[in-house]
Amino acid sequence: MTTRKTLILTTAIALCATGTVAQDVTLTIESWRNDDITIWRNQIIPAFEAAHDGISLDFQPMAPAQYNSALNSKLDAGTAGDIITCRAFDASLQLFERGQLADLTDLDGMANYSDVARSAWSTDDGAQTFCVPVASVIHGFIYNAEIFAELGLEVPTTEDEFFAVLDAIEADGSYIPMAMGINDQWEAATMGYANIGVNFWNGEDGRAALIAGESRLTDDAWVEPFRQLARWSTYLGRGFESQSYPDSQNLFTLGRAAIYPAGSWEIAGFREQADFEMGAFPPPVPAGTDGCFISDHTDMGIGLNAASPNQEAGRIFLEWLSSDEFANLFANAVPGFFPLSSAEVTLEDPLAQEFLGWREQCESTIRPFHQIVSRGTPNLSNESWTAAANVMRGTWTPEEAGEALQSGLSSWYEPHQ
Amino acid sequence: MPTARTPRRPIRWHIAVFLAPAVLIYTAIMIIPLFGTLNLSLFTRGEGGTREFNGLANFATLFGDPRWSGAFWNATWNNLWFFIIHMLVQNPIGIALAAILSSPRLRFAAFYRTAIFIPAILSFVIVGFVWKLILSPLWGVAPTFMDTLGIGNWFAPWLGLERSALTTLALISVWQFVGIPLMLIYAALLSIPDEVLEAAEMDGITGASQFWKIKLPLILPTIGIISILTFVGNFNAFDLIYVTQGALAGPNYATDILGSFLFRTFFGFQLQLGDPHMGATVATVMFFIILAGVSLYLFGVQTRLRRYQF
Repeated sequence: MTTRKTLILTTAIALCATGTVAQDVTLTIESWRNDDITIWRNQIIPAFEAAHDGISLDFQPMAPAQYNSALNSKLDAGTAGDIITCRAFDASLQLFERGQLADLTDLDGMANYSDVARSAWSTDDGAQTFCVPVASVIHGFIYNAEIFAELGLEVPTTEDEFFAVLDAIEADGSYIPMAMGINDQWEAATMGYANIGVNFWNGEDGRAALIAGESRLTDDAWVEPFRQLARWSTYLGRGFESQSYPDSQNLFTLGRAAIYPAGSWEIAGFREQADFEMGAFPPPVPAGTDGCFISDHTDMGIGLNAASPNQEAGRIFLEWLSSDEFANLFANAVPGFFPLSSAEVTLEDPLAQEFLGWREQCESTIRPFHQIVSRGTPNLSNESWTAAANVMRGTWTPEEAGEALQSGLSSWYEPHQ
Repeated sequence: MPTARTPRRPIRWHIAVFLAPAVLIYTAIMIIPLFGTLNLSLFTRGEGGTREFNGLANFATLFGDPRWSGAFWNATWNNLWFFIIHMLVQNPIGIALAAILSSPRLRFAAFYRTAIFIPAILSFVIVGFVWKLILSPLWGVAPTFMDTLGIGNWFAPWLGLERSALTTLALISVWQFVGIPLMLIYAALLSIPDEVLEAAEMDGITGASQFWKIKLPLILPTIGIISILTFVGNFNAFDLIYVTQGALAGPNYATDILGSFLFRTFFGFQLQLGDPHMGATVATVMFFIILAGVSLYLFGVQTRLRRYQF
């Protein structure tokens, strides 16, 4: 008798439980931004959940280096979350072509984004978009304003002024002129080559010419940035060959180095670590050029797993992502990741505002090897890491680096054959 | 003539029953994946993501394409150098330390034994991180220490230079694992009966010559086992390289060994997407390299080793 009662009771409870589950949807978010976990949990998720009853979010980030391969395996196995944070360009495009990301072209919020912003998550012809553009990162140089004041240095705007400043810091001898290492290799390519190169290959024009096969990596426009990097190595600290990325960050935030070739994503971390005044300047322009360019790289989008059972709720979340509310919330919560939507955003952080202000003065472009030209093996983007580090170490001359990259690209990319 | 009927021997089920768990588990987690890998290396991803059979074409690419074969042979030679350093440094030091530790007159032997063995139980992540810090040109102990000794000019950012990075990593690995040969040799030395050593002493063989003439020949089989363990371990190594130098095995692929090459190929890296089929091809070649090394030892060396029964 009692057994039956218990059984009925249990069944009833179980039924109630499933009833509530059917109404409440939890969206799991896949991301590589494990640095942002507290920002999502404390600011973004509560803001969304407060406005949307019945939908809760679960932010599940992993280590950046593992993200692409792990996400691919999870999508293949059908165990990936509902919401997918999208890498820019080919990695996500492939997922879309395999039918693993939902088509979001008809999302109302898409109207808030420019074509350039959408390009990173659109098909090559631009007809279909599959991720909501969320953030871009801007390259430039962050400097220690106290050291600059102490040594009486002006913020450089041209290449000659830039090297004059570096010479002055070196001559003084109290500080390392520039904090950068090549042990992890990617800094050399990303914060070095892609950062300063934009002024040599003229931003989007040069990038388009490379994709079309009209310009070759052995041309001066692509080799000259390597020559600059080769000159940089005399201004880096002792043993920069085995200096890692965190080493460089610490050198700068401890006040031992004057200039840090940066991406805007550093801002939040530097704010926490450094107790001195910081300023920023865009990549110095070479003599005899007018206008300037910045690497304003579309870095992060957010899309919807096509196999997710919660398509409706997912779209509601994505619509919210494209709202002005999210753009302001995100931009101020993560200073240094700049929203790509046309929303009017005011940043409280002056350093972040400085970076953002360059969009008015200079033309934006993205990193040169991310779209189309890194589709084959060998992978041009990965090769450029090794090449830039080799040039700075002195293993290769700038010309050899250009030739190595060109021969790799020519081996599989038709417009260059 | 009445032929004595040989009684049919009962089928000895218990053998099968007792073997079954081991055979089943070993098959499930070793044999099937191994053949799965071999099988995967014979396919390629066709248009539209289908899997297509293409025979030995992956192997032809690996050995024939200048890029693939360049990377492969670079990794193989690096791996061989990694192994040679272990054989030349780790094992002789292990044997020497074991010989010293087994000396009955040594005090605090248990302490030394433990201290030397401790790195072997540490995680690669810790070892890699600690050594990266020690050797760091910015905050490392090594440059400061060498400065106080007056040889600061000899310091170089070893992990960042092509000519020294691999050797440095190999020596770090030696530091970590020198306890393993030490323990095995130590045990072998202890198992040599006292009568043998006393007989040697009666004949006037003592001290160093006792080690070379009596003890070393007796522990040769153990040294053989250590060599083969080192070989298999080195050609499967990956962790230390990944932790200290990352998946691109910098500087300029100078520390790329077969394990890191396999990782990059199979799982991809950054913008490079993984290729399970080429990855399986590399894994298959690694399997055959290790198989060849082990066979060489088993048939070429071990059968000739003389064993002594006490």
